[in-house]
Amino acid sequence: MQARLWLAQRLAAVVLALCVLVHLITMIYAVRQGLSAAEILGRTRGNLAWFGFYLIFVAAVAIHAPIGLRAVLAEWFSWRGKSLDGALLAFALLLALAGARAAWGVFR
Amino acid sequence: MRLPSSSEPARWAALVNRVSGVLLSLFLPVHFWAMGQALEGAAQLDAFLAWTQQPAVHVAEIGLVVLLAAHFTGGLRLLALEFLDWSAIGPWHKDLIAVAAGASLGFGLLFALNIL
Repeated sequence: MQARLWLAQRLAAVVLALCVLVHLITMIYAVRQGLSAAEILGRTRGNLAWFGFYLIFVAAVAIHAPIGLRAVLAEWFSWRGKSLDGALLAFALLLALAGARAAWGVFR
Repeated sequence: MRLPSSSEPARWAALVNRVSGVLLSLFLPVHFWAMGQALEGAAQLDAFLAWTQQPAVHVAEIGLVVLLAAHFTGGLRLLALEFLDWSAIGPWHKDLIAVAAGASLGFGLLFALNIL
């Protein structure tokens, strides 16, 4: 179980590395003229490539972040067991659903 | 948790990776909620974006970009240490920390210069 979670987190990290690089460059470029709904939605609305990119980004972070938090919470607060796994599964679902909602919000 | 001494760059790098990861995890639901404002229409998203034009919010955004860049570059370093040949990476591991730190601050500076 631990080994599978570790591998899943690292595989998600590889995907995230590409996504974060694109996100950082996009943010730095996008804020040059000041952020506006017109700027953001002009880029994303109806654009399947950006929608797909953000869905992959959200899926990878929904896998990566809870597994990383699991290790940190266990080490810093000695929180382990089913209660921790249940809380982090809920957090993963929150990230996945809220992230997909945001991606849909800027696409539709 | 043991705080690293100043002579332990690898422990500092591990601490930065963990703290940045936790802070970014806490920020993500807020970020998704904010971008979800687009569901209410462009005017609602613009109203939120207008709120973000405050200097304090800009400072927070620059901090978030540095955190994201630090987790990104530090994470790349960790992936290299875990998956590449240690005999090739090992002698450079402190240099990789310096490159990761420099790149993170560079991303933050680039973002700051563009947003301010």
